[in-house]
Order: sequence, then structure tokens, then C-alpha cells
Amino acid sequence: MTIASTTQQICFAVLSVTLVLGALGVVLLPNIVYSAFLLGGVFMSVAGLYLLLNASFVAAAQVLIYVGAVNVLILFAIMLVNKKETLAEIPGLALRRVLSGAVCIGLFLLLLRVAITTPWALPGPLPVGEEATARIGEHLFSDYLLPFELASVLLLMAMIGAIVLARRDVFNSDVITGEPADQGLIEKARTPLLLEKTR
Amino acid sequence: MTIPMTESVPLQAYLVLAAVLFCTGVWGLINSRNAVRVLMSIELMLNGVNINLMAFSNYLDGQLIRGQVFTIFVITVAAAEAAVGLAILLSLYRNRETVDMERFNLLRW
Repeated sequence: MTIASTTQQICFAVLSVTLVLGALGVVLLPNIVYSAFLLGGVFMSVAGLYLLLNASFVAAAQVLIYVGAVNVLILFAIMLVNKKETLAEIPGLALRRVLSGAVCIGLFLLLLRVAITTPWALPGPLPVGEEATARIGEHLFSDYLLPFELASVLLLMAMIGAIVLARRDVFNSDVITGEPADQGLIEKARTPLLLEKTR
Repeated sequence: MTIPMTESVPLQAYLVLAAVLFCTGVWGLINSRNAVRVLMSIELMLNGVNINLMAFSNYLDGQLIRGQVFTIFVITVAAAEAAVGLAILLSLYRNRETVDMERFNLLRW
């Protein structure tokens, strides 16, 4: 991508401000639905940064997978578990927040020091630019072939695992003894508190 | 195409931005009471790492863009992690009737 230097700097500034504010909103806002939508904004800003870094394929993958799949999944999870509940007060919560904030600021200062004081080997080789997609394809089918295939196995495992974890038991008979089981009775025995509440 | 564009935004700017994103994610991971927000903080941290990888790939490894390949693998693992994490969260919610992290204390000593 060939953009003028000033335009690139302005784009970087706008994207980074959006990114930092969105990330703070995700962490700090009390309403979790707002957090989820701000998370989508953060993902879009990161995709914009990838475009600035000459990586159009990864930017498209970021938009498709993060915004299109992960963020929607998170929104569905919020819908499924969205019950108004008053969180019980925990003693020492404010102190815990301050302490963890101090630890995080310390970590940030450490990373900042590493980023600034390390003598990076700049300027490196010239970026490939628009050929990046073809280069990634070559990598995936030559020297990164094994991780690529393992990733497909990982995705299959995650899919089956998510189905097994998230579904309700719908067996008509007990898996071990083979006796016929009434699903309603099983759920009643498991969740007596819930049924009392609904009555 | 042949203009070296590595000077307009320095590499360090990307690294600092990624550090800010990662530390925000760590803080949210520690302090969130809602389990869904914990998963969102993990996604923030993964994105911070991805920005680092992409910046190094563009500035220091411009010909063999290995950082981009790694980013694709990280995105794949993050998608799998989100799916399994939310399935675990649904299962927890079904059993405990809450998403409060302070009440998931079965393994606490």
C-alpha cells in the first residue's frame, strides 16, 4: 500500500486513539452489552492497523473471524446468560483494584522500556506489500504445513468440545445402565432451586 | 511501491500501543466480576500480541512475512478458545445460576 507519510500518521493516530478508548471501555463500562459492541470497534481498529502494516489478508481475516464470529459469539453468550443480579460486596475490592492496577502499570513500564531501549535492526528488508497474500499461501503449504493441518484438527476438537459442553443431556436412556430415563425428572432432581423460583 | 515506508510511523509506536492493549487486558482479566468480560479481556490480550507480531513482520522481516503466518495461527486458536470458553461459561451458568467470578470458588483452598 502506498499512502503518503502524513496520511499514514494521521490514520495511525486515529486508530490508536479508538483502540485505547475502546479497550478501556471494554474493561470499565458497567453494561456488558456496550462492552461487547466496543470490543467489535477494537477489533475493527486492529484490522485498520494491519492495513497500515501492509497486511490486507490478515486484516480481512481479522474482520471475518473476530468481528464476524468471535464478537457475535460473545453477544450470543451475553444474551444467554443475561440475568440481572446484584453482585455481592467483596471486602477489599477497591484495594485489589488499585494493587492490580499498579502491577499492570509496572508491566506496561517494563514493556515500554524494552520497546524503547532495544536497538532494533532497522531498517529491515523491504516489505513485500501486495504480494503478502501469495507469500502467506506459500508459507502455509510449505514450511508451515504441519501447524496448518494441526490447526484444522484443533478447530474440529474445539467444535466437538463446544457442542458436548454446551448442550443439555437429551438421552432417552441412561448411558451407563441403559435404563429409560425421563429428562424432565433428571432436570428436576438436578435443579430444585430453579423450579422453586419459577413457581 | 519501492518507497520505504518504514519511517513514517516508527516501530516503537506499534509496540507501545500493543503494550497498552495487553496491560488493559490483564487488568480486566484480574478485576472483572462478569465471566463474559473475562473472555473479552483475553481477546484484548491476544490482539495486543497480534499487533506486536504484525509490526515485527512488517518492519524487521519484510520479505519472509513469518509474523503474519503466526498471526493467522493465533487468530485460529483464539476462535477455538472463544468457542470452548463460552461453552464452559454456559455450562457453569446452568449449574451455578450466576456469572459472578467470585462465586466460582469450588477449587479454592
